[in-house]
Amino acid sequence: MPDGSTGEEMVIGFDASRNRRLLIVAPLFDEANKFRHQLSEIMRRLHAQGIDCFLPDLPGCNESMAPFADQSLAHWRACVTAAAANFSATDIFAIRSGCWLVPEDESGWLYAPAKPQQVLRSMIRARMLSAKEAGREETADRLMETARADGIELAGWPLGPQLVAELEGEQFDAPDEYIVIEQGEVGGKPLWLRAENDSDPGQADSIVSLIASGEESA
Amino acid sequence: MTAETAQAEATGPSRSDIDQTLRAILRDVLGLNLAQVDGFDADTGLFGHLPELDSMAVAGLLTEMEDRLDIVIEDEDVDGEMLENYGGLLTFAEAKVVES
Repeated sequence: MPDGSTGEEMVIGFDASRNRRLLIVAPLFDEANKFRHQLSEIMRRLHAQGIDCFLPDLPGCNESMAPFADQSLAHWRACVTAAAANFSATDIFAIRSGCWLVPEDESGWLYAPAKPQQVLRSMIRARMLSAKEAGREETADRLMETARADGIELAGWPLGPQLVAELEGEQFDAPDEYIVIEQGEVGGKPLWLRAENDSDPGQADSIVSLIASGEESA
Repeated sequence: MTAETAQAEATGPSRSDIDQTLRAILRDVLGLNLAQVDGFDADTGLFGHLPELDSMAVAGLLTEMEDRLDIVIEDEDVDGEMLENYGGLLTFAEAKVVES
């Protein structure tokens, strides 16, 4: 909610009241769509490995009715913390930009964390490229000026000024309690780079095996 | 050691390294295998020729080029010519690597 409180959102989950309960934080923006299929592959495998898992919608994202333009990283962080408590999560698994949102006092896995400035830059570039195609000239400096003052629509996402400031200003460092999984350990082509959405069962197997073995030794 | 080899070392990654890195990025972006992307030549059309290569995918490709080639791509560098075909993109990448 804009006042900082959390509201109700939809969740996809496998809940059999097992000991291991994993909260999943999807990537933001375009990569949320690119990973949707792969996340369902990962969740099915977690369930088969005896791990409960929960993928809630962040406000403004996916099926959420909350306006995207009102969202901020700070608010999403509060929602992830609330979700971890709500589902009694034992661990958290976050992907790419979702890694920015994990609570520092929890533990889990961060898959190929993205850099906030890089994500913003890519979206600004995409907007400039499509403007160019349409015969309009937009410069990054001017777009950022507008974005800082009034927010901006980038790649179909209406970013509010607070979210723009957070993306521009924040550095991401993995909190101590989390294990970073890099693409090299997973193998295959990084799905977030793919122009056409795709899934990869082999990569899903690798990720789940890293999570499952990590939880057993924890 | 020939003079040619010495010069190649002094200017950082060789043209063939840049070519291989660029092909690897295109394999990741387009989801193609080694043989398919090895078949790309200078005239193989990219932005505006491959329907899946939309503005968001091109933006991702440019960011990945910056990361893997350790270059900075200025916004005014990005024009239709450099993105139109593989030859244009490779020439651009080579020039940027020399510059950096």
